[in-house]
Amino acid sequence: MSGFLGLVRRDLLLAWRQGGEIGLAVGFFVLAVVLFPFGVGPEPELLRRVSGGIIWVAALLAAVASLDRIFAADHADGGLDLMALSPLPLAAAVLAKCAAHWLTTGLPLTVVSPALALIVDMDPADMPVLALGLLIGTPALSLIGAIGAALTLGARRPGVLSALLVLPLYLPPLIFGTGAAAARLGGGEGRAHLLLLGAFSLAAAVLAPLAAAAALRDALE
Amino acid sequence: MTQRDAELRGEDLTCRRGERLVFAGLSFALEAGGALVVTGANGSGKSSLLRLLATLLRPESGRLLWNGSPVAADPAPYRALIHYVGHLDAIKPALTPRETLGFWAGMRGRPARTDEALAALGLERAATWPCRWLSAGQRRRLALARLVASPAPIWLLDEPSAALDTEGESRLAAMIAAHRAAGGRVAVATHQSLPIEGAQSLALGDFAR
Repeated sequence: MSGFLGLVRRDLLLAWRQGGEIGLAVGFFVLAVVLFPFGVGPEPELLRRVSGGIIWVAALLAAVASLDRIFAADHADGGLDLMALSPLPLAAAVLAKCAAHWLTTGLPLTVVSPALALIVDMDPADMPVLALGLLIGTPALSLIGAIGAALTLGARRPGVLSALLVLPLYLPPLIFGTGAAAARLGGGEGRAHLLLLGAFSLAAAVLAPLAAAAALRDALE
Repeated sequence: MTQRDAELRGEDLTCRRGERLVFAGLSFALEAGGALVVTGANGSGKSSLLRLLATLLRPESGRLLWNGSPVAADPAPYRALIHYVGHLDAIKPALTPRETLGFWAGMRGRPARTDEALAALGLERAATWPCRWLSAGQRRRLALARLVASPAPIWLLDEPSAALDTEGESRLAAMIAAHRAAGGRVAVATHQSLPIEGAQSLALGDFAR
């Protein structure tokens, strides 16, 4: 357990000291959302209808853009070797790194999402559902992303390759997350969607570290 | 030390990387206080052998035995006994040497003997610098300081003296001697002449050519 918390703490410390990393993810997210009104035109009706989808797609892209920092540096400097040899199971180390990744990506995105919802003219009453959906769903983005990041270690263009691998797997959280926002728009509660989103995140928390750990062992061979 | 009478034994180890046969039919035994010096030309498989001893690589055939039982069957207890210092230093530019040693000792589940480790490698002055300020030799010293920061009875060192100055080399030699005197074992891959007394040497040939 001390190893798990130590790893989370170190990854957070690194993200903090190296600065910019949290800012990069948030900046990417903000820019991607801001581009949409320019692309589809500023009609409030249209924007409001697609606002949930815009924010979710931008969040997926921001998550994908930050995946390489989960394992790449530790692979390059030999740290992964030592983690694989430590008493902490490798899947637990993956979970720790995902937790640190989420705290520096998914959580900040969730925090700024209400401000972005204003830009795409979302009804303020829908914002809590959107933010709650992001809070529940973004951990799955880090967890599933870890599988892609682990599988592409040592590849020539790891960033692009992991995006191709991971984006299709992001469909369920995208569907449930935007579904919750859309249900709210249609007068419903969106509760079922949020529950499904939570179930998906929990399943990812159990299965993704195992898959990523297997991929890491392979990368270390 | 309860592992005092145990023996680390390699039996008929064969290593293949992709299409290439790196080495074959390698056997050795390493007893308490013993040292194994692995020599050979570049590309002869010294690093592969050490990664194999560290359970990071699986042998294509042959077995690694600790205390008479195969390591591959249950690697966790064996992994707790080894310290692997590869040719990569596992150092983050943004952390200080003190934080680095504390972190890696914590990953092993032990409190870090940080001051002792920094003193053993002569890194006291650099202890609170960010590691990006360290020279290649100092980084190497910091990687070796992990050996002191959380003790383990089996050291696996891949080119430990690379980038070290003569003073660093003599510190390393003294560390290895003290480790062996206390019943520790060490396997070193090197093409430089480290003064290690009474070591058995294992020369890797060219299976590739």
